Amino acid sequence: MKATFFGAGIPSLVDTDLRGKLIVLEGPDCVGRSTQTRLLQGWLERMGYGVATTSLCRSELAEPGLQRAKRGTQIRRRTLALFYATDLADRLERQILPALQSGFVVLSDRYVYTIFARYAVRGVDPDWLRKAYGFALAPHLTLYLDLNLEALAERALKAEKLGFWECGMDLNLGDNLYDSFIAYQKRMLRQFSKMVKEFDLARVSAQGSIQTVQRRLRRKVNALLDLKETEIDNGSPLGPTIEGMED
Amino acid sequence: MAGLHNSHDYPGMLIVVEGVDGSGKSTQLDLMRSWLMQEGYDVFFTEWNSSKLVKRTTKLGKKRQILTPTTFSLIHCTDFSDRLERSIVPPLQAGMIVLADRYVYTAFARDVVRGVDRDWVRDLYSFAVKPDIGFYFSVPLEEAMQRIFRGRPTLKFYEAGMDLNMSRDPAESFIKFQKMIIEEYQRLVEEYGLVVVHGDHPIERQQRRIRRIVRERIEAKGMRPTGSKKR
Repeated sequence: MKATFFGAGIPSLVDTDLRGKLIVLEGPDCVGRSTQTRLLQGWLERMGYGVATTSLCRSELAEPGLQRAKRGTQIRRRTLALFYATDLADRLERQILPALQSGFVVLSDRYVYTIFARYAVRGVDPDWLRKAYGFALAPHLTLYLDLNLEALAERALKAEKLGFWECGMDLNLGDNLYDSFIAYQKRMLRQFSKMVKEFDLARVSAQGSIQTVQRRLRRKVNALLDLKETEIDNGSPLGPTIEGMED
Repeated sequence: MAGLHNSHDYPGMLIVVEGVDGSGKSTQLDLMRSWLMQEGYDVFFTEWNSSKLVKRTTKLGKKRQILTPTTFSLIHCTDFSDRLERSIVPPLQAGMIVLADRYVYTAFARDVVRGVDRDWVRDLYSFAVKPDIGFYFSVPLEEAMQRIFRGRPTLKFYEAGMDLNMSRDPAESFIKFQKMIIEEYQRLVEEYGLVVVHGDHPIERQQRRIRRIVRERIEAKGMRPTGSKKR
């Protein structure tokens, strides 16, 4: 299957054949994305797939610089969005695409959509962002973990994850963490739901227990990989039972 | 956002110089700078690829030779974005004359030669401020190469365009690379209305022409020196 890109793509890789699949998990902070990604990885590996995982800010080239840049407050948003683009391009060319060429399933915890949402909320021109990221590979499947604001806030509180970035404190939207979290995530959710239509993301309800959500995700992945329905419970737990994450 | 096709409305003035290495642009920019300062203008100087924030990343990429045409382009745009925000726009807002040694046209020429999409790189830099004057230093390839090789015994990997795999010999690769860049620059002269300066003319003759053009623009804009004339 030939690689498809958002825009002009990456020179020298435009016509490349991909034997593997790029599966993205997206969704707001605290929705349970990383937990679900890990569970999917274990399940796919048990079924014999080669699985590689990736996430934002994990490139050899840009990670150290990005970490430094994020620590400072003086960096402007557009510059940071470009730094993240450098990070993604490096991972695409030197990790993700080679893995896909050799038939791996690549699970990406967050992708361009998180970046589009974050910087649209922060006033960067959405059209420009989309064009700038025109080098990015279009995923074969993007699972969008959908949760309403109230449930999201509850998860964030229980996991004690009301941090500076989760609360969008750089935007001065509220004078305490909780108010700021609500105001910020509300804006993020609005951006995400716009993108569900724009990019045809597969919406998956993140309501319910970890196992329930994992089952929903596996069903979608099954359809992409052309597996049988019975593979969903393939010799592996659907995930741990964690108190407080139940219905 | 004004963009590259619309004039900015800052009180200051942005003058950029472009051209291949050895075209004489930096020499002319230095002369322009001291002349403007003597005339009493506040001058601010900035050069390509110099953001403190991004420098270490670019260095890492070059040292490990892991930059690809796409990441090369993106990291330089990150650098430019930071400098625009920090060292170009504020002095323009303050009414200063900003002199830039290389600008977005360097990316448009170099990155396209490396193989990135022509429209993509233009979109990428669409947030840039349009210069009041963009000088392009045109020089025959042989002349530029002579000047370069006189002063520089070794060429660096990316500088020589070794990543393009055109030749195993750095000097040969460099010459081929520069030739392609010059061709791309020629396209930009028309597309962006750059002012062509003949980099092989005598230095003083080039500088006289540059000063005349700059002075006209200063007068048209009604700018006045802020300081007293220095001698």
